Amino acid sequence: MSAIELVEKPQLTERPAMKSGDTVRVHVKVREGDKERIQIFEGVVIGMHRGGTRASFTVRKVSFGQGVERIFPLHSPTIQKVEVMRSAKVRRAKLYYLRDLKGKAARMKEGAREGKS
Amino acid sequence: MVTGIIGRKIGMTQIFDTDGTVHPATVIKAGPCIVVQAKTASADGYEAVQLGLVEERPAKVGKPLAGHYKKANVPPTRVRREVRLAAGGDAVTPGDRVLVSIFADGERVDVVGVGRGKGFQGVVKRHHFAGGAATHGSMFHRAPGSIGASSFPSRVVKGMRAAGRIGGGRITIRNLKVLRVDPQNHLLIVQGGIPGAPTGYVIVRKAVAAKKIKVAQVEKPKKGKK
Repeated sequence: MSAIELVEKPQLTERPAMKSGDTVRVHVKVREGDKERIQIFEGVVIGMHRGGTRASFTVRKVSFGQGVERIFPLHSPTIQKVEVMRSAKVRRAKLYYLRDLKGKAARMKEGAREGKS
Repeated sequence: MVTGIIGRKIGMTQIFDTDGTVHPATVIKAGPCIVVQAKTASADGYEAVQLGLVEERPAKVGKPLAGHYKKANVPPTRVRREVRLAAGGDAVTPGDRVLVSIFADGERVDVVGVGRGKGFQGVVKRHHFAGGAATHGSMFHRAPGSIGASSFPSRVVKGMRAAGRIGGGRITIRNLKVLRVDPQNHLLIVQGGIPGAPTGYVIVRKAVAAKKIKVAQVEKPKKGKK
């Protein structure tokens, strides 16, 4: 094991197998003053960025007609858990084209469940 | 007490705080080191030790250097560096081992290494000259421009900034915070970047002018928003 892996390994967390096109619910810990609560961000994963502890993923949702994207560090301790709600059949790794689509055009075909990659 | 250690830059990664803050971090394989020579105030005029970095591959050294190592009765090493001794503390003798455990979490250190060479570069990169416009018919792009007047002084004044080599010199980065010490694997994780490319040799020493470690201020709870 390389020295970098030795440093990164204890920081890696258990996350579900996600990929582009999945609809996920991200449970984020939010601090307000000295109180902490969980906020849920639900949307479509439009990209995954791999790389040990540096891995991140981008979730896009449309909130009140306004597109919102959040990039989460995959192994951040502020993420309590990630639930995969739905998977969609997509043909590319980065779904940036969704930014130009809205409404019906932004729908995706259901499918590509676990096992099939 | 030995104030420094020889290390090798492994690479960079990031470390999460418990509150989710991400710190850029450099991983250094520091030590184990062995004292090759102890310099004393009486013999050398100052107190220091010459350290050798113990590596997997034994070093091949010529006869003069082999004699130097034989005097200390230690195996030859590829790298030797000198670090100062802190006043007061136990006497150090050749053959002593210096480990990464001389550092503690949260401590400030200086890292000395050889920076990456950038080769022969123009004035825009080397001295941050502004250069000219790229378009709009401009014919002046990245050239240095005028380097002085003509018949007087009939020469270029000394110190005129010009194109030339950059990088590749000794660089000290001061006051880096130690994020983590791993004595088992001889690893030292410092916050931020250090000079040179991965696999480069560096000296990590206790900060000569240690900055105070900032204690995070407790944020006042915001009112209203729920």
